[in-house]
Amino acid sequence: MLERAVQQVPARRVAASRSGAFARSADRIGDAVLQALCVIAALLAILLLAAIVYEVVGSASSAIGRYGLGFLFHRAWKPNFEVFGAAVALFGTVVTSLAALLIAVPLGVAIALFLSTLAPGRVRSVIGPLVEMLAAIPSVILGFWGILVLAPLLPAHVEPFLHGVFGFLPIFGAPEQSGASVLNAVLILTIMVLPIIASISRDLFLTVPRELTDGARALGSTRWEVVRGVVLPSTASGIIAASFLGLGRALGEAIAVAQTIGAGKAISASFFATGNTAASLIAQQYFGATDRMQVSALFYLAVILLVIGLVANLAAQAIARRFDVHVALAR
Amino acid sequence: MRSESHSRGSAVIPRVRILTGEPRDGAHGLVPAERSGARALQAPEREAIFDIRELSVSYEGSPALTGVSMRIERGLITAVIGPSGCGKSTFLRCLNRMNDSVRGFTLTGSVRYHGHDVYGAGVDPVEVRRRIGMVFQRPNPLPKSIYDNVAWAPRNLKMKARLEERVERSLRAAALWEEVKDRLGKSALGLSGGQQQRLCIARAMAIEPDVLLLDEPASALDPVASASIEELLHTLKHRYTIVIVTHNMQQAARIADRTAFFSLASSGELRAGTLVEYNDTEEIFTRPRDPRTGDYVTGRFG
Amino acid sequence: MSSTPPAPADVPVDGVLAPPEEQAPLEREDPLAPLTEYRLDPARPLRASGHLRRRQLVSRTMDALQSASALIAVSVLAFVVYSVVSHGASILSISFLTKGPPLIETEPGGGIAPMIVGTATLVAIAAAISAPIGILAALYMTEFAGRRSARLVRLALDLLYGVPTIVTGLFIFALLVAGKSQMGFAGAVGLAIIMLPLIARATQEALVLVPRDLRQAVEALGVGRWRAVRGVVLPSALGGILTATVLSIARAAGETAPLLFASSVFSNGVSMNIFGEATPNLTVYIYKASEGANRFGWARAWGAALALLGFILVVNIAIRAFDARRRARLLG
Repeated sequence: MLERAVQQVPARRVAASRSGAFARSADRIGDAVLQALCVIAALLAILLLAAIVYEVVGSASSAIGRYGLGFLFHRAWKPNFEVFGAAVALFGTVVTSLAALLIAVPLGVAIALFLSTLAPGRVRSVIGPLVEMLAAIPSVILGFWGILVLAPLLPAHVEPFLHGVFGFLPIFGAPEQSGASVLNAVLILTIMVLPIIASISRDLFLTVPRELTDGARALGSTRWEVVRGVVLPSTASGIIAASFLGLGRALGEAIAVAQTIGAGKAISASFFATGNTAASLIAQQYFGATDRMQVSALFYLAVILLVIGLVANLAAQAIARRFDVHVALAR
Repeated sequence: MRSESHSRGSAVIPRVRILTGEPRDGAHGLVPAERSGARALQAPEREAIFDIRELSVSYEGSPALTGVSMRIERGLITAVIGPSGCGKSTFLRCLNRMNDSVRGFTLTGSVRYHGHDVYGAGVDPVEVRRRIGMVFQRPNPLPKSIYDNVAWAPRNLKMKARLEERVERSLRAAALWEEVKDRLGKSALGLSGGQQQRLCIARAMAIEPDVLLLDEPASALDPVASASIEELLHTLKHRYTIVIVTHNMQQAARIADRTAFFSLASSGELRAGTLVEYNDTEEIFTRPRDPRTGDYVTGRFG
Repeated sequence: MSSTPPAPADVPVDGVLAPPEEQAPLEREDPLAPLTEYRLDPARPLRASGHLRRRQLVSRTMDALQSASALIAVSVLAFVVYSVVSHGASILSISFLTKGPPLIETEPGGGIAPMIVGTATLVAIAAAISAPIGILAALYMTEFAGRRSARLVRLALDLLYGVPTIVTGLFIFALLVAGKSQMGFAGAVGLAIIMLPLIARATQEALVLVPRDLRQAVEALGVGRWRAVRGVVLPSALGGILTATVLSIARAAGETAPLLFASSVFSNGVSMNIFGEATPNLTVYIYKASEGANRFGWARAWGAALALLGFILVVNIAIRAFDARRRARLLG
């Protein structure tokens, strides 16, 4: 404190002698202007969020008023008859997101273990960035790849195999003609969610103190026993938070799903059939949405997406905060 | 507290006789009669649990330890003392292959355990560590309950029969049972530092290893906790062969049967730790043969 | 001792001898006495045997699965990139990059110049909107706000990040397009909304890294706060802010959903009338091609995908290299 005061005196004097009171008042104005700008920018961010909620709910109000909660359970989506139900799309949203997560979480955690504990340094520094590159591919390109490259492969090679081995499960029904299917969308979503889970998990695993794993190793445990007994339990909450982030991403993805899922109108048990999701249903109707009630119904879907998207995000943050893990949300 | 441990110590003695009376074989044949080390121990020949010869270690090319040769004997407490940075911990971690995963670790020379080359072909480091337990400088309990900390390794090793009894025994042996028996399900991270360290000792004993390596186990603890660990080691020496690294010379003098003094030696511009003198603890502290040892134990060194 | 007696089936043999007669009852007064049924034979070789061999098999299988998972991820990346490059390279040429698409979409030839120009325009406008707001909001959180208001702003930004991009697209539609015509500017605002939380949060993290001493030293000089911010805080966080902005530009260039309702019905020529009509852009062009069944349209879309992916990957790699150098400088 004293040191600072001592430093302050000559500095003040220099400043004062140079340009006197004018500099000080310019400083004061500068401070005030900067602070005001910063406050405005911060308020803008909050207002923007509020405006999104307000506009989306407001635009959905006529559909909400007319269809109520029945919207969630009604299956038909027939714009020409002003009949709108979201059941097919919501079912598809839940199924595709959970299936993608079911594949991406174990795969991503395994990749993260490889990158943080198994691979030698040089391999790490090559593979790690490559996995992150996966997240940089635009969804529209992934979807384009899904429908033009992946789609022909699925009915020809993948579906007969899965049906042959796991055919007793209804989700692996008879192979279909078209490769635009729930399965295709699930695979594309998996590719999108995978790098999120993998890179967050890797960062988490790197925070496990070496002392802890050394302690476990010194008890005569194998590498996997250390992973299962120490590494995974002490990072579990962070992995769950990452999974919620991935879930939020998968639930809200419109473009790549719209390209690959085949815009089905019915609920089907088989992953090889077409389907739809809430987000992709919106994306598919960008061109034809001119009717007021149809537009409002799209906004109703958006309200549902907004709610589950924000809940998934809040859950991720709550878990991260509660267990004191730092998860870089925006990267 | 103190009287309790003493009575426990005396209860152990009959068991010791049984243990040392067991027939020995195999290992003996591999122990050479003559040793290359200049300051080889002249004491009566006991069974060597470790026979270390010309052990040198470097990390990414820079040497950490050079030319260590010594025999560590069964049933004794061997202390390793020396200034910081002289490779004590490195030496200890070589004995149960904890250094394997350190980047750039290379080792020359040999470490034999009961005559088996610890770094030999076909040796599984997990098996080495299962037999040679280790307690670290800072208490490092697993983020689990007290019970699970002790039960974790026996479960891994499929030593599941009478597991509760095993946990209780280990905690009793570490003089921790009375303090934690009512909260075995609580997190181990809620224990005090001294309790955590005793838990780590209990955890190491739960799988009944052959040797316990202790890397400055009391250095992160307050004097009271440190004293209780020391007391505990007194009772443990009848059951385990113990190698303890310590920077506390009084501690070494109090508890160790043999003491090895490590120091930094310069060879060219490279400095690395090496073994200076190894003898009965009493000899090291009262009649050191190397002037460097004398300087260190009398406090004239840094 | 090398010959271990065959153990009874119910007694584990993991490096232990198990003479049944030694299974003494527990002596409670002597906790150090071993539980003999698992007693170790220290003289046994240090090889894995019995249980340990099985445990190591599990462990190594898991190691192999982890390596395989990494291999899968890299293969998928390679597959996607290979597809885009192999399809895109056959059409990519100077004329492809400088011409517009043919008047009739089902015809061959033409190029994607209007889309490249349009995407660049949209992203530039979006950056011009979001970067100042994002940086100022970050400054608010680190320099001016109390703990609670900083947390509130942070929460708002994280939630904005969690808004599905298609919802952002509909929001922009309701706000700027509904009742009027599509316009490029609305799409740019949609992109800006997506960039804002990315820039603000990354800038905040860069600002937090500015050493406290440096800040205090400047404040101790008695100069105004804005001078401290302009003269010291911003310059020392500049690398981080630039990194964040460029990365968010690469991200925005690949976004489709925010443009779908604002800038999707466009002509085939270059359009600079961002307030009057939709601006052609790469992502919506690819999206529309994937909805059609026209191979010439697909070929042009592959070309567009290659141009876009090339830009995004090059930016990501360059930023990564720049960032690694910057961090090394900060630490060293």
